Amino acid sequence: MGTMLQIDDINVYYGAIHAIKGISLKVDQGEIVTLIGANGAGKSTTLRTISGLLKPKSGKITFEGKNIAGLPAHAIVKAGISQVPEGRRIFANMTVQENLDLGAYARQDTDGVAKDLKVVFERFPRLLERKNQEAGTLSGGEQQMLAMGRALMSRPRLLLLDEPSMGLAPLLIKEIFSIIQDINQTGTTILLVEQNANMALSIANRAYVLETGRITLSGEAQKLAASEDVRKAYLGG
Amino acid sequence: MDFASQFVQQLINGISLGSIYALIALGYTMIYGIIKLINFAHGDIYMVGAYIGFFAITMIHVSIVPALLISMVVTGLLGMLVERLAYKPLRQAPRISVLITAIGVSFFLEYTSMYFVSPTPRTFPAVFDNVSLHFGSFMVNGQQLLIFGITFILMVVLTYIVQKTKIGKAMRAVSFDVETAQLMGIDADRVISITFGIGSALAAAAGVLVGVYYNSIDPLMGIMPGLKAFVAAVLGGIGILPGAMAGGLILGVIEALVSGFISSTFRDAAAFAILILVLLFKPSGLLGKNTREKV
Ligand SMILES: Nc1ncnc2c1ncn2[C@@H]1O[C@H](COP(=O)(O)OP(=O)(O)OP(=O)(O)O)[C@@H](O)[C@H]1O
Ligand SMILES: [Mg+2]
Repeated sequence: MGTMLQIDDINVYYGAIHAIKGISLKVDQGEIVTLIGANGAGKSTTLRTISGLLKPKSGKITFEGKNIAGLPAHAIVKAGISQVPEGRRIFANMTVQENLDLGAYARQDTDGVAKDLKVVFERFPRLLERKNQEAGTLSGGEQQMLAMGRALMSRPRLLLLDEPSMGLAPLLIKEIFSIIQDINQTGTTILLVEQNANMALSIANRAYVLETGRITLSGEAQKLAASEDVRKAYLGG
Repeated sequence: MDFASQFVQQLINGISLGSIYALIALGYTMIYGIIKLINFAHGDIYMVGAYIGFFAITMIHVSIVPALLISMVVTGLLGMLVERLAYKPLRQAPRISVLITAIGVSFFLEYTSMYFVSPTPRTFPAVFDNVSLHFGSFMVNGQQLLIFGITFILMVVLTYIVQKTKIGKAMRAVSFDVETAQLMGIDADRVISITFGIGSALAAAAGVLVGVYYNSIDPLMGIMPGLKAFVAAVLGGIGILPGAMAGGLILGVIEALVSGFISSTFRDAAAFAILILVLLFKPSGLLGKNTREKV
């Protein structure tokens, strides 16, 4: 299993604010890697930088052997990375079907797209029932499923998820996490950002802990879950 | 003429004028929808469109429909060029900088045109014999039929593009949330450029139709219709396509009724009175959702 994504010492700024201070991390093919940390630690900033919405001031981002740092966001989707953004960001004024169509925007293979649409509807039957409904009228959980389905429609090799559990009831969080595991088992590598560290560590292979723009801990998810420091800081004792 | 037939006659005149406003207003509203810019140069784009139609007819001697298409294509490209040179470098700049740039582009287009085509008005050639259809005591002339027909076709085509095609979906996505649109693999810069192209082409069509309708064009002809179309876009709800169509038609009809039944001197005053009333009582426009913008 080779390295799929390698980040080397990136620095990211918002104007004068130094949000990411020299982060390095990697994701191997087939893994679920999670990035955990408190509010404002820089988790979303890291994902947004990988997706090309932000440009790192320095450092390298290598995906499948190519340096993608500085590429425009739409080119990074084409390269095989897709993101489910924080807060879902579905196109509320469009139908469920249109949202999914947009997910496949960069693809030319009509047959493949039709096949993947079927797969998404099998995975999320509720989206099929509501495919002509305006996406803004979906419940929070359904919107999360739509955001995930939409991201899968680009057939990514690496899927970035930013706080998929946000604002969902515990039962629904369980469902979403088991879907994430399932997506991973069908061959998609996953980088998962979560505040719900317990859940994230329970499904991840490896984890990184982010604190105010720096990685302070990293290792196997199970070991981190057992570690005293992590328990105190992120797992509520 | 009795009141009823005079009313119908003014309605016909109003819809002709309103179609022109609607075509210009569509461009305003599309561009606003996608980059939140009131493109004050849009009326001047319409003027350039009228001139290109004029030269297509007088110099290469094509008939009205090819002249219209040539003007739409060339003006569309001009709109894309303006966006590329004047607005794209300001994507991250404060909105007021872009607005001031738009005013600058407007003057630039007006005075460059004066330099090349002279400030004197030109007489737009008659493109067909003066036919008119009489229905009882009111009539529709050939120019008006042309305006109705072309406007209707363009609105249907635009609605189809925006609702059904891939680029139309991309336009709606960029307009709703540009960052997430990029996460879908959409090249937002390209979509913005195409939006300027389509908006400018619609304004060009309006310019040529006005040349046909009023027979006279000049380099400052875009100022007033530009402002009126802006009023129409706000009236319908800025950023909403059916709003621009409805707003343009309503404004045209109101203006025609005011000039027919009160006095043509109040025509412009009526348009701006509408703007003030809309801003006071329904700032989001007739078709807009009634949410107050945060200040
Ligand atoms: N658009 C922005 N402009 C300026 N500063 C920003 C911007 N977005 C984020 N920041 C700052 O960058 C830092 C990292 O923010 P980021 O959103 O990446 O945190 P996060 O770990 O995702 O937090 P959360 O768990 O709350 O989502 C924070 O200090 C934040 O205030
Ligand atoms: Mg975040």
